[in-house]
Amino acid sequence: MCFFACNICATERSPTRISAILFSLALNRTTVPSTERTAIVKLVDIAKVIRSKNAGPTVLTLDILFNDEKGFKLACASKSLAPDAIAKLYSQPPAKVQVLPYPPALAIKIVMPRRIVSGDPGDSDVYGAQQHGPMLGVEL
Amino acid sequence: MTSAIERLRKEVVGSDGLKPLRVMAASGQLGYGIPDPAFNAGLARKPHLIGADMGSIDPGPYYLGAGKMAQSDTMVRVDLAKCINGARKLGIPLLIGTAGSAGAAPHLAATLDMVREIARRDGLHFRLASISADMPRDVVKQAIRAKRVVPLGEIGALTESDVDNATHLVGQMGIEAFQRALNAGADVIIAGRACDSAVFAAVPALLGYPMGPTLHMSKIIECCSLCCTPGGRDTIIGTLEGDSFTVDSMNPTRHASPMSVAAHSLYEQADPYAVREPEGTLHTKDARYEVVDEHRTRVSGSRWEPATQFTVKIEGAMRVGERAILLAGSADPRVIANAKSITAGVEKIVRELTPPNPAKPYQIIWRVYGIDAVFPWATPPDPLPREIFFMCEVIADTAEEARAVATVTKQYLLHHGFPGRLSTAGNLAFPFTPPEVAASTAYRFNAYHVMDVEALAPLFPLHIEEV
Repeated sequence: MCFFACNICATERSPTRISAILFSLALNRTTVPSTERTAIVKLVDIAKVIRSKNAGPTVLTLDILFNDEKGFKLACASKSLAPDAIAKLYSQPPAKVQVLPYPPALAIKIVMPRRIVSGDPGDSDVYGAQQHGPMLGVEL
Repeated sequence: MTSAIERLRKEVVGSDGLKPLRVMAASGQLGYGIPDPAFNAGLARKPHLIGADMGSIDPGPYYLGAGKMAQSDTMVRVDLAKCINGARKLGIPLLIGTAGSAGAAPHLAATLDMVREIARRDGLHFRLASISADMPRDVVKQAIRAKRVVPLGEIGALTESDVDNATHLVGQMGIEAFQRALNAGADVIIAGRACDSAVFAAVPALLGYPMGPTLHMSKIIECCSLCCTPGGRDTIIGTLEGDSFTVDSMNPTRHASPMSVAAHSLYEQADPYAVREPEGTLHTKDARYEVVDEHRTRVSGSRWEPATQFTVKIEGAMRVGERAILLAGSADPRVIANAKSITAGVEKIVRELTPPNPAKPYQIIWRVYGIDAVFPWATPPDPLPREIFFMCEVIADTAEEARAVATVTKQYLLHHGFPGRLSTAGNLAFPFTPPEVAASTAYRFNAYHVMDVEALAPLFPLHIEEV
């Protein structure tokens, strides 16, 4: 699944990464353990639920629930979860992808059309419950 | 004799307002088994009503199209008997929505037959209400002509021929239909296609409980203990009290926390803050989720906005053809590496040997599990998997034609030659024979639209009988 993450992050991540490195270098003398300096945060590491499901036969929704507020905020600020990044992962036009933060549950809901109406000939996932795969490779 | 709703009214309407109302959700989908311990614990709490949802559009177009239940008859009988006996013992209403998984006429009829059979067997007598949800086709066509039907998501505009082609066409009823049945003195209500929340909201709404908390509670408890951590299918009780409600799983190991209940508001919803019902919209933007204790959560602050225009969501499914499938695996690295070109080559030969009827051409749909059958990955896995599974689906005009295409496909897939082939005795492992299986009629949704209507009641006729 890595090839997806690389597609969207190759250009976008570099500035963030550089500033992260500079930041950790600044702190290096005192507190930051060397292993954390270039650590990349993966969505799977800060989410407790990553799921997909139909909302009716024409709409796919992805729910990402976070372990804590820190992770939720980090994810909300990340370009990797912006509509255009998700649209690339799911081969959708960006205008058709909505990303909705839902603070009461420390969750982000992503809504997009299904590729094909549920159960039409050629569908691969009637319930839409196994369409979360690309999210597992997302790096923030 | 006073009706079930009158008895409830006497019990909960006090001089100083409404007493707490306990709504028991017995099953998130009736017919898949209701665990006894939580169900019995729920009955012991003396709920004021029992509700259960029995269907959904989620399982796809087959059940609606074919008029068949997704659940087994045996399990539906067991679950129905449990709910009916429980409700009759307490003398409280039982409401069941979306009978028989899709809620069209054959589903409703089959469910009602079971209810009558259980009543006879167990010596129960009650007033049984049934509400049908089949949309009158002329009404829908008229609405199409008046431009009062719009698609829900990416599905084509509804046409009059779609209306004719649908083997079944249902509308989702809301609380109005259930309330008519309650006012007619029903003890047990079996409804065709219905909004899942209406099953639980109809009684409290009729008794005067505030609509915001009533609808929000109904939305949360309709999946039973799925809103808990860990989530599960056990019976749950929602208690309406003042301007709030609490949720309380009847399985002591499933805890409803503010976070788990709030998260459930997301489930299967496109908009986490607004839930549209035929009679209005539930807004949960200002909802507050608070701890009662480690097992229960209280929710308040949800708001109900009555609709200025009644709407009905309509669902229809039409026949596409007859389906046959071929099932086979492979553990040969060269077959796995060449799976795409092998299936394309085989399909070409099959189409030559069994020429499609140009008027009604068959379809061949390949799925190679292990590569990209579930999600259309842009590139193949690296490294390739050790084994893959081929499923070749054929949809043709007749079952015989589908079988013919699937069997020819089997033979040529088994023996297809390709560059670098080593295993010349066969490319496939069949787990059993015949590996090609008739898979019944294929349907697709041809209606998933919303229709503006002036009145709801005429679309959902009520029938009352004494059993």
